Amino acid sequence: MQKKHLTLPYVVWMCLFTIVPLLLVFLYGFTTTNASGDMLLTMDNIIKVFSAENLKVLGRSLLYAAITTIICLILAYPAALILAKKKGSASFISMLFILPMWMNFLLRTYAWRALLETTGPINMFLGLFGIEPQQFLFTESAVILGLVYNFFPFMLMPIQNICEKIPYSYTEAAEDLGANKLQTLLRVTLPLTKPGIITGITMVFMPTVTTFIISRLLGGGQFMMYGDLIENQFMLLRDWNFGSALAVVMMVLLIISMAILRKYDKDGDAAL
Amino acid sequence: MKKFIKNSYISLLLLFLYIPILMLMVFSFNEGKTMSKWTGFSLKWYVQLFNDPNIADALTNTLSIAFLSAIISTIIGTLAAIGINECKKSTQNLILNFTYVPMVNADIVTGVSMLLLFIFLRIPRGYGTLLISHIAFNTPYVIFSILPRLRQLDPHLYEAALDMGATPVYAIWKVTIPQLMPSIITGAILAFTMSFDDFVISFFSTQGMVNNLPIYIYSMAKVGINPKINALSVIMFLCVMTLLVITNLRSMRADKQAKKNRQLANRSETRHKFSLKRETTS
Repeated sequence: MQKKHLTLPYVVWMCLFTIVPLLLVFLYGFTTTNASGDMLLTMDNIIKVFSAENLKVLGRSLLYAAITTIICLILAYPAALILAKKKGSASFISMLFILPMWMNFLLRTYAWRALLETTGPINMFLGLFGIEPQQFLFTESAVILGLVYNFFPFMLMPIQNICEKIPYSYTEAAEDLGANKLQTLLRVTLPLTKPGIITGITMVFMPTVTTFIISRLLGGGQFMMYGDLIENQFMLLRDWNFGSALAVVMMVLLIISMAILRKYDKDGDAAL
Repeated sequence: MKKFIKNSYISLLLLFLYIPILMLMVFSFNEGKTMSKWTGFSLKWYVQLFNDPNIADALTNTLSIAFLSAIISTIIGTLAAIGINECKKSTQNLILNFTYVPMVNADIVTGVSMLLLFIFLRIPRGYGTLLISHIAFNTPYVIFSILPRLRQLDPHLYEAALDMGATPVYAIWKVTIPQLMPSIITGAILAFTMSFDDFVISFFSTQGMVNNLPIYIYSMAKVGINPKINALSVIMFLCVMTLLVITNLRSMRADKQAKKNRQLANRSETRHKFSLKRETTS
């Protein structure tokens, strides 16, 4: 027996349950089944993905994902820098940031509903300052809040990991050579943490585009996202072909965005 | 002042993350059924929780799937990692690239692709298909937690075992696996938690037909979540929290102890050198 053969069970498993299913997504996406049960090759479903109605959903999802990613990055970057400099208690505090993910995300999102209600705690708090009750729930801001809430830790973790690896002497050297705080941040720390930022962006942007339910829970069904669209096809309408076509477009988008980010990452390495 | 700003920034972020959890905790003790109004303290949801067969069923399914899928994917993944390490560079890259696919692909696409497979093969959706899809998305995580450690191992130890007359199976079992144990355990724990927490892939690969905890919560989220679920998640959250705090404190104490030991060792070493010097000079 050779050690190599130990991969066999895994390779068989992977072909059956990773590769074949993905090929099936393409097969279903590019075919349709006629009345007599034959599969016919067609582009109709792919073309349907780009109808005005569906493009609006896709555009909205990309926009929400972009806003969510930017907000997460702005919130997480300073926090990562602060946590990286903290000694001793840092591992405990970073544990506190990960801990909420242990509670089901649906429940946590559902709790936001109660928090944002017109008679909810947040409006009651604002009422103390004489502010009239605001309509938070079922707005686009509520959806974005829910998305930021759910994906924030995925931005924080990779950036914090990389911040911890930067030797303190680098920033010290920059300051010794006369750079001020801002210059050190922009020209030393930021380029060094770029790989972490890129990992963070990939971990937030794409999953946000494909989330479902969050928008329905906090936006009240007015702001459908691409994930909701896929869910509807598979769970409600049982249109496997159109659902697969939506998934195919999603995968292509995923591959394109990863290629762009990877190229950007490579350029960054070359510049260093 | 600067430290104050930094600390309050971190605290505000933590507050943002914990507010909904506090809300769930507080309202699990509420008399009434909704989270919009506090009507009085009561433990009735906790009592009802333990008498609800649906929740017990969901919890059993979730735990048993997490347990089984963690064990099976750890076995498949460990063997695969040992094998991959021996393959040619090009074969390695090929296998690893495909292993990355479920990790980078959107969960919803992975779930949908599993569903299509079961539809295509006309396998009825249920406990079995749920287990298959959990093993499928867990195994890559196991492989990637074991491979780095495997690459650091000294290959001579395994070869020595063979030279001493061990069969390859015996040598892997007695030499390679024990050395890999810490990362195998990490992989298994990772697989368990991934499976325990997964909603999207479970939901699609079973068409929501198996009653596991996340699917149960989802079906309730549309009509209104019963406070019993709040009570359950509070209990689970507190369990995890205590576990994490204990392990964290232990590792912190271990660090401190290690530092102390090192200091003591250094001190005795210098003392030892000092006395040696004195002996030679006198």
